[in-house]
Amino acid sequence: MRDDSKLRDSTKKWEDETVAKTIKRFPEREESFKTISGLPLKRLYTPSDLKDLNYEKDLGFPGQYPFTRGVQPTGYRGRFWTMRQYSGFATARETNQRFHFLLEQGQTGLSIAFDLPTQIGYDSDDQLAQGEVGKVGVAIDTLADMEVLFEGIPLDKVSTSMTINAPASVLLAMYIVVAEKQGVSMDKLRGTIQNDILKEYVARGTYIFPPTPSMRLITDIFKFCSQNMPLWNTISISGYHIREAGSTAVQEVAFTLADGIAYVQAAIDVGLDIDEFASRLSFFFGSHSDFLEEISKFRAARRLWARIMRERFKAKDDNSCKMRFHTQTAGCTLTAQQPDNNVVRVALQALQAVLGGTQSLHTNSRDEALSLPTEESVQIALRTQQIIAHESGVGDTVDPLAGSFYIESLTNAIEAKAMEYIQKIDDMGGASVAIERGFIQREIHDAAYQFQKSVDETKRIVVGVNKFTVEEEPQFDYLRVNPKAEKEQLTELKKIRTKRDDNQVKHALKVLRDAAESDTNLMPSIIEAVKVYATLGEICGVLREIFGEYRAPDIL
Amino acid sequence: MSSSKKIRVLVAKPGLDGHDRGAKIVARALRDAGMEVIYTGLRQTPEMVVSAALDEGVHCIGLSILSGAHNALFPKIMELLKEEGIDDVLVVGGGIIPEDDISELKKAGISAIFGPGTPLDEIVEYIKANVKL
Repeated sequence: MRDDSKLRDSTKKWEDETVAKTIKRFPEREESFKTISGLPLKRLYTPSDLKDLNYEKDLGFPGQYPFTRGVQPTGYRGRFWTMRQYSGFATARETNQRFHFLLEQGQTGLSIAFDLPTQIGYDSDDQLAQGEVGKVGVAIDTLADMEVLFEGIPLDKVSTSMTINAPASVLLAMYIVVAEKQGVSMDKLRGTIQNDILKEYVARGTYIFPPTPSMRLITDIFKFCSQNMPLWNTISISGYHIREAGSTAVQEVAFTLADGIAYVQAAIDVGLDIDEFASRLSFFFGSHSDFLEEISKFRAARRLWARIMRERFKAKDDNSCKMRFHTQTAGCTLTAQQPDNNVVRVALQALQAVLGGTQSLHTNSRDEALSLPTEESVQIALRTQQIIAHESGVGDTVDPLAGSFYIESLTNAIEAKAMEYIQKIDDMGGASVAIERGFIQREIHDAAYQFQKSVDETKRIVVGVNKFTVEEEPQFDYLRVNPKAEKEQLTELKKIRTKRDDNQVKHALKVLRDAAESDTNLMPSIIEAVKVYATLGEICGVLREIFGEYRAPDIL
Repeated sequence: MSSSKKIRVLVAKPGLDGHDRGAKIVARALRDAGMEVIYTGLRQTPEMVVSAALDEGVHCIGLSILSGAHNALFPKIMELLKEEGIDDVLVVGGGIIPEDDISELKKAGISAIFGPGTPLDEIVEYIKANVKL
């Protein structure tokens, strides 16, 4: 600890004399300043704020524990982050065309959005799927759809991220089989399945099964991939949706890492060794609107996770302590009013993510508060990333904001506050119990409500919404999902159902049922079922019968 | 409108959409404004929404959808209400609903659509002014 009494004296002198004089003539805009998450802000940060910071212990070097300065030793000097635009709509055929467009535009990884029936394990011809087929993503019923989805895309050349949770094993199985048909073995596949069920219960809503069998599906995947798919990210532990549901930055870090702790513990409990699976865990955060707070958040999350893995779970391998994460700019900050302004918001949020050291990035399109984005809007969003990468120069030195008195102070504060929450959740019995009791849901909801009120009371300004408003013009073109998509999908599904060998399907589903009733790993039997064109709904149907369905508690 | 009678509102999430931030915030704001609010939770079929509205004897139904399924589900709910002979319940909606869809939804009987950025007060005042008690 440094003696900073001289600096403290001169700071006080500056405040009493220089600042006081200025404030008398020009009062500050607010009585007290806070980050968007409500953390108190000082007027000025100095070396006094960092006198307890130990460089080697708290920051260290890029690529080294505790990874505060990033997981790559050379930052973005070797390779830029992966530019990965989340997309998918209508049928596999149309989404395949969008994928080809994005790859031609210089995108470096794929990210698939599935429609809601797919995400909840219903076939397109299920009654509950009515009106939802192909709406928020692509509809996938059988392997045949996946074959079309990746037509002309060599799976050993791209990495693919799939936003799929409850039925993650089924979509992963389909991906493995499509690759096999292309002649690519599964050990060469790179990509990610989201596979994060806990945040579905609190923030995103596409759960199917209750927590216990859901955790089993997840640990089965961990086990299967640790043996067969060394390059695959088995989970993307997601704070993005928690933040979008209205949490603060501190809550986003705390609840995401608490979920992470639950997954790690579950895997250890079924006999996996921490260093066998932990390096394939990945994370996903939002990039909201408070520029410096977000940069600090990414750095704090990385350091806190490293410490949890080393100190709590005794990971020996440094790779187990590396938090690698994807980032998406915050959808909830997009405005329907003056939508072109969103281009600027997204640019700032993307820059934050890069300064925070993200491994991959999705930039939102300007029109997403109105509908799915048009091709033109998606192109601007992708160009935003390319401008940051190739023109701004921020990627040419590693973690350029380290050492800023403010950034490091805020990084410390976020880490400490998140740890307090994690402690509280531990005391309750972990994330699953905290979710069951509605604690996490209520904390998020309270923060969301407070935020909305502060906007309504114009304590917080949203440009174009509660200040600087104009008479809105009717909007430019938006993307309308092909209204025939649902019908086309139903026709395709009907064809597959008549073409396939029903006896094979029956047999595969029987084998799956037996596996589900025992503690055999489910992945191999799901792969077999997928191969004979069992539908997603049939596979999830078997699991529904055995595992039951989750009913959400009514929390307001 | 008699001031002694409390407005009862059903806030519902029809369809498979899991985005409930808006629905829950609106539910809380209506409650804070003195209304009695019943929130259905996620994944309600049109039939479930209508039967909840009947059971609870509400004066207003607030529907929230962000998945794009509004053109299929909102009119279906209006149809079922009609079949049940209910024509005095105010039905409003919100979510990501493109401008060109609004006139069709209004024709189907949705009284108002509140898009992103709508102040909570505007929704509260609209319901107070238009609900039939």
